[in-house]
Amino acid sequence: MTEQAKPLCLSGKGVTKIYGFGDRRVAAVDHVDFEFRKGELISIVGESGSGKTTLVKMLLGLTSVTEGEVYFLGERRDISSRKKLRTYWQGIQAIFQDPFSSYNMFNKIDTVLLDCINMRGGRRLPREKKIEMMTEACSFVNLKFAELTNKYPFELSGGQMQRLMIARIFLLKPQILLADEPTSMIDACSRATILDMLLGLRDEIGMTIIFVTHDIGLAYYISDTVYIMEHGKIVESGSADDVILRPSAPYTRRLINDVPKIHEPWDFAARRPAAAEATN
Amino acid sequence: MAKIMLDVKELSTKYITRFREDVYAVDRVSFQVEEGKSLGIAGESGCGKSTLALSLMGYYFAPLHYISGSIIIDGKTITGMAPDDVRKSVLGTEIAYIPQAAMNALNPTQKIIRFIEDVIQAHDSNMSRKDIYDLARERFEILNLPADVLNKHAVELSGGMKQRTVIAISTILSPKVLIADEPSSALDVTSQKMVIKMIFDLMRGGFIKSMIFITHELPLLYNVTDDIAVMYAGQFVEKGGAEQTVFDPIHPYSRGLMRSIIVPEAGTREQKLEAIPGTPPNLKKPPSGCRFAERCKYAYAQCYVSDVAFTNVGDGRGYRCVHQMDRLKEVYGRD
Repeated sequence: MTEQAKPLCLSGKGVTKIYGFGDRRVAAVDHVDFEFRKGELISIVGESGSGKTTLVKMLLGLTSVTEGEVYFLGERRDISSRKKLRTYWQGIQAIFQDPFSSYNMFNKIDTVLLDCINMRGGRRLPREKKIEMMTEACSFVNLKFAELTNKYPFELSGGQMQRLMIARIFLLKPQILLADEPTSMIDACSRATILDMLLGLRDEIGMTIIFVTHDIGLAYYISDTVYIMEHGKIVESGSADDVILRPSAPYTRRLINDVPKIHEPWDFAARRPAAAEATN
Repeated sequence: MAKIMLDVKELSTKYITRFREDVYAVDRVSFQVEEGKSLGIAGESGCGKSTLALSLMGYYFAPLHYISGSIIIDGKTITGMAPDDVRKSVLGTEIAYIPQAAMNALNPTQKIIRFIEDVIQAHDSNMSRKDIYDLARERFEILNLPADVLNKHAVELSGGMKQRTVIAISTILSPKVLIADEPSSALDVTSQKMVIKMIFDLMRGGFIKSMIFITHELPLLYNVTDDIAVMYAGQFVEKGGAEQTVFDPIHPYSRGLMRSIIVPEAGTREQKLEAIPGTPPNLKKPPSGCRFAERCKYAYAQCYVSDVAFTNVGDGRGYRCVHQMDRLKEVYGRD
């Protein structure tokens, strides 16, 4: 029962977000309860329109919570003022879907990384120490810091930008990392690297990672715990093996059934048996 | 021996940028698709999959230019035809193309039936509107699309329904070859499955004779097509049956791709993902030797020097590598 021993990192009770008012009220996230434990990699899986991005925005404090409470490290989250929000952001950081629009295009890469060191209170460190830290962060994500100085983010490829984003997280060392579809805009070949780095953050720093995706296969591969969302509600949650291999909710079953797989082909794609017979 | 529907020989095309630079996006691609069969094309973004799809239509417009090679659809050579002739007698009847964002192609002010009238009248202006309506209704019923869609506007349809409608419209003239360029990448998995099911219905009903299916999603490709070709930097690096290409790839690049497949099935968590380091070469100045050499684990001096030919090993299989197939298999076995 080691699972139970892990302390709670982020949790929520009855978290709700309602857009619009009057007759046009839409509950994007509808009374959602969750418990994210420290050092785990949690996936939130849902199709488009299931409310996963709204949930991420609420967790980050980028949008208000209509109803319900979010607890951060066991205490009620208080982000009522700008200052408190900034303190909260020291504990929670995010990687977004589109690496191309995640950077300030006027800042060089050294500036991006230096900002992170300054934010962690390293403003008065000697220059050599700062460079050493930046080099370490870059080597964690397989980038060479010496090649990156004096470059702008847009000179990098999508995969490199996303890795640089992870280098930022490595410097900032927040307790929680929210990764909102970090691999959906990069190629399958570079995807593996990003996933490995996220796992590295979890194992080496003990970071809690919340991985939001629409790809149930990816969620199964990477996560310890999986939450499945449908129309703003969490329909199923549990360990990755339980949810994916023994799904109980009809929605999860449909989702898994409809994803193209390589060991059991779709029912109507009946050419496979014929092809197998031909080769025998 | 089934009839060959699409026969492409050594097709090369290029882009000319506004700075007058040539980008060799498709380089000596050859393949054949038999009647009733489908070919899937896989590859990273920027490897030339979509350019190949555009090149196959034989309708070239700037910045895309034809260099050499031939495309023969059911015995009819379409390369070298005048653009107007291609428009009139090839597009729609011989070959149909569904682009990536097809569902955004529907004009929101027109009813669906208008698009179908447009397509049919461009090729056969004698047909009456009543006949067109009956034809469309019949086709929609076979494809399990509700017939009342015909009298709706595009905004009234959901994303998946729009995509299926576009496919139905573009295949209304029963083309011999359908080119589907990521037709389902913007859709949810359930809508994606319905789109694929409809493409299967089209194939079984004989409304399309063969298909080229392009996607970067390998599990999908494996489920949809009979053969798979892997493309890298404008060239085919491997071609073969879906089963063989996915489970027993020859080329180091395809092997890397197949190792990045993630599916929600038992055993996925134990699998070790492998990334291919580096980035694809710049196609303005393609490397002189093998285009994959820089990223290849098994490259040696010879790889950087001479151009590599495509070796056919029979049974529709082939690969583009300096190493012999047996040698590669032996090396893979040691990993």
